[in-house]
Amino acid sequence: MTSASATSEAAFDREPVSAPADSRIIQLRNVHKRYGEAESEVRALAGIDFDVDRGDFVAIMGSSGSGKSTCMNILGCLDVATEGSYYLAGVNVNDMHDDGLTLLRRHYIGFVFQGFNLLARTSALENVELPLVYRRIPAAKRREMALRSLDLVGLSDRADHSPQELSGGQQQRVAIARALVTDPALLLADEPTGNLDSARTEEIMKLLVTLNEERGITIVMVTHEPDVARYAHRTVVFKDGLILEDKRAEGCG
Amino acid sequence: MFFQTVLMALREIRRNGLRSLLTMLGVIIGVGAVIALVSVGRGATQKVTDDISKLGKNLLMVSAGARVKSGTSSAAQALNMADMLAISRDVAGIHAVAPGSSSQQQIIYGNKNASTSVSGSDNNFFEVRGYTIDKGRQFTRAESQSGMPVCVIGKTVQTELFGTQDPLGAQVRVGKVSCQIIGTLISKGTAGMGQDQDDVLIMPLRAFQRRISGNNDISLIFVSAEEGHPTAVVAESIRALLRQRRHRPAGSDDDFNVRDMAEIADTVTSTTNALTALLGAIAAVSLLVGGIGIMNIMLVSVTERTREIGIRLAIGAFAGEVMMQFLLEAIVLSTLGGIIGVILGLIGSFFAARSLSLPFVIPPEIVGLAFAFSGLVGVLFGYLPARKAARLNPIEALRHE
Repeated sequence: MTSASATSEAAFDREPVSAPADSRIIQLRNVHKRYGEAESEVRALAGIDFDVDRGDFVAIMGSSGSGKSTCMNILGCLDVATEGSYYLAGVNVNDMHDDGLTLLRRHYIGFVFQGFNLLARTSALENVELPLVYRRIPAAKRREMALRSLDLVGLSDRADHSPQELSGGQQQRVAIARALVTDPALLLADEPTGNLDSARTEEIMKLLVTLNEERGITIVMVTHEPDVARYAHRTVVFKDGLILEDKRAEGCG
Repeated sequence: MFFQTVLMALREIRRNGLRSLLTMLGVIIGVGAVIALVSVGRGATQKVTDDISKLGKNLLMVSAGARVKSGTSSAAQALNMADMLAISRDVAGIHAVAPGSSSQQQIIYGNKNASTSVSGSDNNFFEVRGYTIDKGRQFTRAESQSGMPVCVIGKTVQTELFGTQDPLGAQVRVGKVSCQIIGTLISKGTAGMGQDQDDVLIMPLRAFQRRISGNNDISLIFVSAEEGHPTAVVAESIRALLRQRRHRPAGSDDDFNVRDMAEIADTVTSTTNALTALLGAIAAVSLLVGGIGIMNIMLVSVTERTREIGIRLAIGAFAGEVMMQFLLEAIVLSTLGGIIGVILGLIGSFFAARSLSLPFVIPPEIVGLAFAFSGLVGVLFGYLPARKAARLNPIEALRHE
């Protein structure tokens, strides 16, 4: 693509994870996020400290406007903090430009959304392949990896179906397969069960738990429902741009 | 990656089949019109130049009487044999000269008759006018000098009077004269302004003058310039010579007319070329309009696919990659339109050429140009929508309904 992005990618390869010994994959320090100017200024985050260990499963809760979505956007490298520092897998995210943030997303993060966000009229397999396309992985290898990922979520027999031909639960599983296909260090799930009935919710949550326990994938999940949060090891509650509560479930860590 | 993106673009275009076709329509029509108009224009030019060269190679025609505006000649002293001999003797760069007097005559054979152009000339006539004897022979020296009633006929006359019969040796009536056919001509087809070049009967000049026109005038002198001598220069020499021979005072107009066929061909060619260029330019404007159509649809497409763009950005696509995707989509769309336009334009001009009985000409550089131009239209008009797509904020794009 552009020469700028090529060099930034090269620099990125030379300097991988700077602190492998660090058990924390996410480290937020005194993070502020403000939108707008002067009097119309909105303070979405008012200085939070938030760490997540590798292999953890964290649920973020809070009413709308509590700052949890803003926090997720910053964690997902879709947005940057106005103030404070964010280290993702030891990489300082604060000073990154757009293409640098893109590379972090490309290499470290998998996203699962409430609305599934699959490409319409595109087969499940191709949806799962999409992140690999941007990683310049050759077609044959891409297909193999995507099929493996679909297998992981139990949908290898639906590879050729387009999203319209799949149920909500199946669509979300395809989305999870897409997030997993790059083997990300961090899986960010934004209300993954928000559009599903309770049976599908359970199905998806069990899948996430399995992925967390068996494959050691770090998961940070936003949810409204305490029943869903129950599946996580740790629950963090946001209110007015601050962390109100941070508690670990019994029997965990 | 590039290949992948082109494939993606092609799939996107196929996915919205009807819309893509309608979007391309502007470019298709623009390119098609450019190709068809230029192709037909070239064909017409070629036809005219071919036809004029059919009259004879490097041909000049000298006739008596000034050229007046309406195209007719005013009365003036006729040309004669002496003028012709002087031209052939004194003017440099002349390949051959032939006299020609002609009139429309009724020709009768048996119970059939035909009206045809009867010319009196000599054997040089065949050379100068590019006629070749098919069967039989030219005039003998004796026939020319004594003006014997013999003649050579063109294909049209032969077919009308004789059908499949052998005309050689037959006696036909030309006006009031009985004339023996000694040769036939190979067909030349129609020429210039559509006269049938095969509807002719040629007899020795002396015979024509004595038995048909009744005077010693020559209505036309045909001059063929030698290869390498510009016809314009030869024409000027002839003019100078004739002015002198006819005692034209300095400053007066010519009372004769030297027509240069090459010059006429040039005039016609430049006229058709100008017309073609004009029509081509109008067609190019429609190509531009087609480009605006592409931009319009691409902008709609970017809005419609905001969420897709958000997904791609979130998943790890560079803004540059998203931009390239949409730019390539526009380029593929317009280039595809260009290809279809070229094909339709050529098909159209093929049938137009056939129905107008013009030669079918493929103008390669115009095809290349139209093709390149359609690609360029894609780049120009795809840029804005692609930039719009690349500049989307992924968070907002993902939230887009």
